[in-house]
Amino acid sequence: MMRNILFSILVRPLILFILGLNIRHYERLPAKGPCVIIANHNSHLDTLVLMSLFKGRSFSKTRPVAAGDYFMRNKYLKFFSTKVMNIIPIHRKITKDFRGMFEPVLESLDEDGIIILFPEGSRGEAEQLSKYKSGIYYLMRERPDVPIIPVFMHGLGKALPKGSKVFVPFFVDVLIGEPFNYTDNRKVFMETLNCSMDKLQEEGRFRSW
Amino acid sequence: MNLNLITEEVLYVLVAIVAVLISSSVISFIMKKRRPGKTLDEVSLRIRSWWMMFAIFTIALVIHSTISLIFMALLCFLALKEFFSLIPFNRAHRLVLFWAYLTIPIQFFFIYIGSYGMFIIFIPVYMFLLIPIQAIIVGETKGFLHSIASVQWGIMLMVFGLSHLAYLLVLPGKENSVAGAGLVLFLVVLTQVNDVAQFIWGKMLGKRKILPKVSPSKTWEGFVGGALTTTLIAVLLAPLITPFSLISSMIAGLYIGLTGFIGDVNISAVKRDLNIKDTSTAIPGHGGILDRVDSLTYTAPLFLHFTRFFYF
Repeated sequence: MMRNILFSILVRPLILFILGLNIRHYERLPAKGPCVIIANHNSHLDTLVLMSLFKGRSFSKTRPVAAGDYFMRNKYLKFFSTKVMNIIPIHRKITKDFRGMFEPVLESLDEDGIIILFPEGSRGEAEQLSKYKSGIYYLMRERPDVPIIPVFMHGLGKALPKGSKVFVPFFVDVLIGEPFNYTDNRKVFMETLNCSMDKLQEEGRFRSW
Repeated sequence: MNLNLITEEVLYVLVAIVAVLISSSVISFIMKKRRPGKTLDEVSLRIRSWWMMFAIFTIALVIHSTISLIFMALLCFLALKEFFSLIPFNRAHRLVLFWAYLTIPIQFFFIYIGSYGMFIIFIPVYMFLLIPIQAIIVGETKGFLHSIASVQWGIMLMVFGLSHLAYLLVLPGKENSVAGAGLVLFLVVLTQVNDVAQFIWGKMLGKRKILPKVSPSKTWEGFVGGALTTTLIAVLLAPLITPFSLISSMIAGLYIGLTGFIGDVNISAVKRDLNIKDTSTAIPGHGGILDRVDSLTYTAPLFLHFTRFFYF
């Protein structure tokens, strides 16, 4: 409740007014979890925009997966990350113990959580897609029935790209794709993921920037 | 609250608008009952958005003149943001856009203090000369002219042009914002009436296309019918909320009808160039903010100078 109010005061006005969203296929977004939202990652604002798509009860179930080493590095960031964003901190390191690393994510999914995940791993160059990492595959292997919803965003790489401190207002296009499920074959799974993101990007017909 | 600033006459006009909105809501409801269809769904969506816009606009206009100025500054911001979001810029010129946004608070500060001189030269002279400097400092020359020209055009239409609406409020000096609110109401109502009337006349009688390449849905019948309707409403409204005589109110009506049309097709040409239909999805049924204020980018400055030349 508190978190919802904080988010509504601090973040929603910024997203709706300073940026502005053009959302396509809003109806494809599930009203409740469990589900995993995957999206392209260009800007720190990505997570805020994705979270603002959810309201009320589904908002309180929404948790972004983020790099703990980055988002907990000082007091203020930690407050914002945990109290407002309610992130699931993951420590980025090479590991074979996927289950252990994903434990908090799986727990949240078991409680009908809505998980936001950026399979690119880190923010790429503005408005460019980098290669999706297969961590998502290993996560979904643990919960094969949970639907995955691909979301493609355009505009945030212009508004606040990696490496820039100056924020410039721009409209953001948010394209929501058809949900898909886990498949056993890793190659097929990653291809499905790539295809659905490419399709969304094509649908947007964005001009190169 | 500054409700006493609003004269009885302004109130009459607002009540008349409510009456028009109610009757159009009722008519579209009845027509939908009789013959449900897709066009009517969009019409009723549009009418609902009109209610919303009317409510916001009225609140912004009647509470206090400073609030009206803030509201208009926000309107400029939303229109400029839509415009910039449509245009593909060289990414190196991001900062140029940042400075372009900052012209809005400065321009409205000049309006607030009633400095006509700075209001009228700040963007066409100072910003015109300053904007390229940022791009020169960045040093990216690819798309230089394209970026500078687009930014310049954007702030001329969306900031300089639209802010004339706000200057109407402080026109005779701040004490007399009674007249100012009336003039703003007159201009905005007529510009929107003109848009709607052109649409309706065009739908009913439209045959001869006026600008087939730029805006295929616009017809001579719609244009002439719209301008005449606007003139008629201008003659009816002018004695209530403006200092205009009969002749000037007729000229003002025709002038708004003609220039509103140009403002509309001007943005249509931009959209056609960029191959898009609506500027955004901000107003259900209408498209974006820019689709709604396109006519105002022309009518506001031209009407202000018309009024200022003859009456102040």
